[in-house]
Amino acid sequence: MKLLFKLAAKNLIGAGMRTWLNVIVLSISFIVIIWHKGILDGWNIQARNDMINWETGGGQYRQKNYDPYDPFSLTEAHSNIPASFDSIVSKGEMAAILISQGTIYPAGRIQSILIKGINSDQKILKIPSSQFTGNNEEIPALIGRQMANDNGLKTGDLVTLRWRDVHGTFDATDMKITGIFETNVPTVDLGQVWVPLDRLQKMIGAPGEATIIVKKNIETEVPSTEGWKFKTKEDLLKSITDLIKIKSVGGIVLYIILLSLAMLAIFDTQVLSIFRRQKEIGTYIALGMTRGQVVGLFTIEGALNSVLAGLLAALYGIPFLAFQSKTGISIAGAGKEYGLALADKIFPAYSFGLVATTIILIMITTTIVSYLPSRRIAKMKPTEALRGKLQ
Amino acid sequence: MENTTLISIEGLRKDFPTSGGRFTALNGIDLKIGKAEFTGIVGPSGSGKTTLLNIIGSLDSPSEGRVMVLGQSISDLNVKQAALLRRSKLGFIFQSYNLLPVYTVFENVEFPLLLLKLDDSHRRKMVMDTLDWLGLTDKAKSKPAQLSGGECQRVAVARAMVKRPEIVLADEPTANLDAANSHNILKTMVRLNNEFQTTFIFATHDDKVISYLKRKISLIDGKVLKDEITNN
Repeated sequence: MKLLFKLAAKNLIGAGMRTWLNVIVLSISFIVIIWHKGILDGWNIQARNDMINWETGGGQYRQKNYDPYDPFSLTEAHSNIPASFDSIVSKGEMAAILISQGTIYPAGRIQSILIKGINSDQKILKIPSSQFTGNNEEIPALIGRQMANDNGLKTGDLVTLRWRDVHGTFDATDMKITGIFETNVPTVDLGQVWVPLDRLQKMIGAPGEATIIVKKNIETEVPSTEGWKFKTKEDLLKSITDLIKIKSVGGIVLYIILLSLAMLAIFDTQVLSIFRRQKEIGTYIALGMTRGQVVGLFTIEGALNSVLAGLLAALYGIPFLAFQSKTGISIAGAGKEYGLALADKIFPAYSFGLVATTIILIMITTTIVSYLPSRRIAKMKPTEALRGKLQ
Repeated sequence: MENTTLISIEGLRKDFPTSGGRFTALNGIDLKIGKAEFTGIVGPSGSGKTTLLNIIGSLDSPSEGRVMVLGQSISDLNVKQAALLRRSKLGFIFQSYNLLPVYTVFENVEFPLLLLKLDDSHRRKMVMDTLDWLGLTDKAKSKPAQLSGGECQRVAVARAMVKRPEIVLADEPTANLDAANSHNILKTMVRLNNEFQTTFIFATHDDKVISYLKRKISLIDGKVLKDEITNN
């Protein structure tokens, strides 16, 4: 086997331009596959981190009536924060959120919103709740950048807010935008206003109550409590994980096209080699190589294309991929309108597993593609091969 | 003729399928070739010389009859055993040299020894000795494309001889060479035949080669017409 590798390497290098063309095409496949997969992985990591930091935390207790897809459930979806959580909340390992429906009137227009109440001293989510400042007249409110842009709001603006309390009575007052936060998570931004928890509890007449209790993102015991159902972090991230999985499947089509192009080049070269190198094949057999060894030699020769491609890809690919992972890829605003947790820049993430899997995938594919035409050698008559006679 | 018989052929027939039926290349060949012979199978194109050489070299098998080479029946060998026989006991020299183009002269000559899995130092010594014998030491690092036809054929002879085979099969070895180079190569082969007692079998219709043969087997239409010892 060592001999075959040595001979194959020599033949491959000796083939000159033919080899390098294959190697270049294959190395581009290496880089594009790793780069594309790196973007998806980077997006996955960024989206998960952002979702955890801004919305899901380490999991959420949800009031049993709460259905995030049914706004009408909100009137019933609040109850007292369980007493058993008091000490955990006071340690800062849980944050309560109360959700209610409301309406704002920015610049004379009407917009339905969700009013979310959160403690100003919470540190579990990145909602900058410490910016709830001001007097008792206006309600201090935080909104996301997208919400601010959509409604032409800026810090310091007063906007009329109307809501309905638990008894069905409507009330309204002015709220003051005390802060606008930048987030990649549209589900804490679009159509939402964040106010202090105690103010909202008071406004809707639900003191001590909450809709969601967000757990800190640490491994701790999850006590069960009546009237609340716990959603794990993975449950809450399922939608983004599924979306990235779908994107990955779409990426496979790209990989198949790229690999097919590279494999076509290698297959073609192998077929041409076997046709053009019949005399050489006959000579190998005459000198005492078995047909199996010659098939092995040509297969290894083809497969070594992927090794050379890997080396070449490393040469120009490592600086390129490292540069991309440092500077990121700008996709400003591309997904926020669709509710995707998409940053303005995605920083590709290249794991050892990704690189190793790509290398193994390409090597196996190349070996198979090299082997298929090489099987013809086993059927060649050495006497005719020596004469270089077309078979 | 020497006493030890290396090749024994009885009733050899070789047919090739054709579009219209079959073509008989060899028919009723009976021969014995002994150790250290310098024998030529001579005849015009299509007389069956190369086919006979190929069967002796275990590159092809008989349709009928029995061919024994170094005590092994060619018909009974499987592909692996045939490869082993060629690898260890037979040397081939071709009309168009058949050197491996990407290898240097040294590597071309070394190739049969790599297949025999000899150790590095042993291999190197054998290659250098053979190159020295054939006056190719200064060409060791050259590629075949950098050599003349005569030099290429000397490399081919070196490759055939480096493992000290029992039998060397040479198919029209001088067909691509000029007269001077042909004589040079043939003298080298005679020297190797005398020195190492290697059996040389040629397939040729070149008078220059014929003039060096010790035994001449004339083949016409796949049959032995004449088998004569020459005065060489």
